[in-house]
Amino acid sequence: MEIVKPISQYLAVMILSPLLPGVINRVKAFFAGRQGPPLLQLYYDLYKLFNKTPVYSRTTTWVFRAGPVAGVAALVTALAVLPFAGRPSFLAFDGDFIFIIYLLGLARFATVLAALDTGSAFEGMGSSREMQFAVFSEPAFFLGLAALARITGHTSLPGMFAALTGDTWRAAAPVLALLTVSFFIVLLAENSRVPADDPNTHLELTMIHEAMALDHSGPDLGYILYGASLKLWLFGSLIGSMLLPHSGSWACDCGLFVLLMLCVAVGVGLVESVMARLRLINVPYMLITAFAFSALALIFQMGRPVKG
Amino acid sequence: MKINHLSSFDFGASDMDSGIFFETAASRLSAGGRAVAYFALPDGASSRLVMCVAFDREGRLEVYSTLVRRPFRSLTPSFPQLHLFEREIYEQSGLKPEGHPWLKPIRFNTPGSVPGVADYFKVHGVQVHEVAVGPVHAGVIEPGHFRFQCHGEHVFHLEIMLGYQHRGVEKRFIGGPDGRSIHYAETLAGDTSIGHGWAYCGAIEALAGVNPPARAQVLRGLMLELERMANHTGDLGALAGDVAFLPTASFCGRLRGDLLNMSALVCGNRFGRNMLKPGGVNFDLDQELVKELKLRLENTLRDAENAVALLWETGSVIERFEGTGVLVKEAAEGLGIVGPAARASGVGLDTRRNFSCGPYEDFTMSVSGSGDVYSRAYVRWLEIQKSAELVRGWLDALPEGRIEAECGELKPDSAAVSLVEGWRGQICHFAVTGRDGKLRHYKVVDPSFHNWQALAMALRNGEISDFPVCNKSFNLSYCGRDL
Repeated sequence: MEIVKPISQYLAVMILSPLLPGVINRVKAFFAGRQGPPLLQLYYDLYKLFNKTPVYSRTTTWVFRAGPVAGVAALVTALAVLPFAGRPSFLAFDGDFIFIIYLLGLARFATVLAALDTGSAFEGMGSSREMQFAVFSEPAFFLGLAALARITGHTSLPGMFAALTGDTWRAAAPVLALLTVSFFIVLLAENSRVPADDPNTHLELTMIHEAMALDHSGPDLGYILYGASLKLWLFGSLIGSMLLPHSGSWACDCGLFVLLMLCVAVGVGLVESVMARLRLINVPYMLITAFAFSALALIFQMGRPVKG
Repeated sequence: MKINHLSSFDFGASDMDSGIFFETAASRLSAGGRAVAYFALPDGASSRLVMCVAFDREGRLEVYSTLVRRPFRSLTPSFPQLHLFEREIYEQSGLKPEGHPWLKPIRFNTPGSVPGVADYFKVHGVQVHEVAVGPVHAGVIEPGHFRFQCHGEHVFHLEIMLGYQHRGVEKRFIGGPDGRSIHYAETLAGDTSIGHGWAYCGAIEALAGVNPPARAQVLRGLMLELERMANHTGDLGALAGDVAFLPTASFCGRLRGDLLNMSALVCGNRFGRNMLKPGGVNFDLDQELVKELKLRLENTLRDAENAVALLWETGSVIERFEGTGVLVKEAAEGLGIVGPAARASGVGLDTRRNFSCGPYEDFTMSVSGSGDVYSRAYVRWLEIQKSAELVRGWLDALPEGRIEAECGELKPDSAAVSLVEGWRGQICHFAVTGRDGKLRHYKVVDPSFHNWQALAMALRNGEISDFPVCNKSFNLSYCGRDL
């Protein structure tokens, strides 16, 4: 029976993640004085897209078709490793945080290859930007997780977050706060949100992530959109797990955790409502800030005696 | 020959020997003149070149014309502002300007030519590349082809190829005026109905020797300023949208609608169609309507102030606007740029002040800027406020009297130049009548005709991802340029 909880947690993630973009859009609509799309809009879109026949350009090869599937598969696997509400998942092992980073890299690689396969100038531009920003966001993310491993003394994600309790916050609040901010910045950049990217724009010349999905259609586009919502959940749940107070009851923690995820989505919506997008050449500076926060957290932590 | 704005003159008197024509044109342009129109019209078996030069500071207009049969001397190498005019002459009349650097087609309306199929600039080198955008775009906008010569995100040059919207509308005026002419004028550029409509009415009234009554003039001014406010407000919102700043984008979208609805309240059409006619206007205001308009103006302006203030107060927006897409004053002057784009670069040209007429007799406003997106946005905001002040004043003191005067037959063998400051800039209509008193030639110069080149210049050495916000800061018309 021990397996039931991790499986149901995993299913909850798969089902709930398309809710997050809906929440973000409603928050943005509220601040713009509009009603906004339905909360479940992404579910409707996915249903519609999976019932469509994809259209493929004659210039593309199997690489183009494999991209979205490989991308979503990598994320589905990554989420099987990620803890839910501080509870272990069924695929956890020591050092799995490095595995997750590689899975994210694999998803990115598949998407970029598929984009380059079209030979379109827009997709090439989008890929180039995506890779350029990844160079800055990956180290920030990696260092952040390394600092977390150092604080908790665990090298598996479930272990880290299970050990992260109120006591850890009391002992290492500055370090954890720095990490939370760093993760939030990485979340914004990795999920192509304002101020790094503009998910709403129709202007190809300014796009980053969207530009790489311009030629995908039907179920392929569905995979990309679903993959994007999973990725948002992945980064969101790192922040959620950082901030989650552990009550001891599984049901209570799970409820709180989902609520925290919605709060993260509201936070993203708030950021998008109050600020403009950065100039493209300044996006790396934002990510370097995240890197600096992670590095600072690690340095502070090195200076403290290791627990136990 | 010196002429007056909005009054007819004997077209034959502008004729001069072709040698003197080019000498005069060159000397007047180098003395600070700006070509507002330069075109060829058929004259017997040959063609007649006509140039209208404006001295903005003195509010002075001059017209010269000459008969040409052979290739003529290109003035573009000395005066870049003529480059598009000469290309247009070559395309429309087949007369070749000798010495023009590149006679690229501009509207592809000659037999056998296909829009967009022409020679383009080429870049060579390691890692340089071209990005082609359009003519079919992602948004619901008009067609145009843009080519960026880039190195990574850096743009060396932007080449703009238009012509997809060519309708041959200038030709439809010939033989008129008839019942359709005013409607052709109103749709020369859809968002400038009043601007172009007024310019057309001005030309016809000048040729007929009619002065529209004061009340009609003020009503025209009212509609023109409403048009300006609506478009400027919409563009400020769109600028915010292009940098993903939601609050201003959403509110300005609604406010633009409110301002368009005020136009609809007056004449039944949101774009002011059917408001104007030669001799006056079709719709009058009563006390009730004046009150309602005042109320709506105050409400809209208050909301606009709140929404637009957010732009200037938000650091992330200012950071995106400042220093982006700079059009230096020398380039703006050299290329004959007009409108808010020119004023934002420090060129002191406003038709309402330099060639004032009717309700604009006491118009004063001078704005300036450094030529970046921020300046163009801020100039628009200043103009919205000025327009509101004008509209308020006119609504408070609407002259009594009739709203139209009888507009009869046109004077034969005459011509008239009509200039109006549309929201994008100076609109020029040049009308020539034949011996029978019908229009023999009609030339329209939309502000976009000059200003597209400004957009290309503003993008130089910029970033390709800044193109949308740069483009929106000019917001030029495709069909107004393609006619």
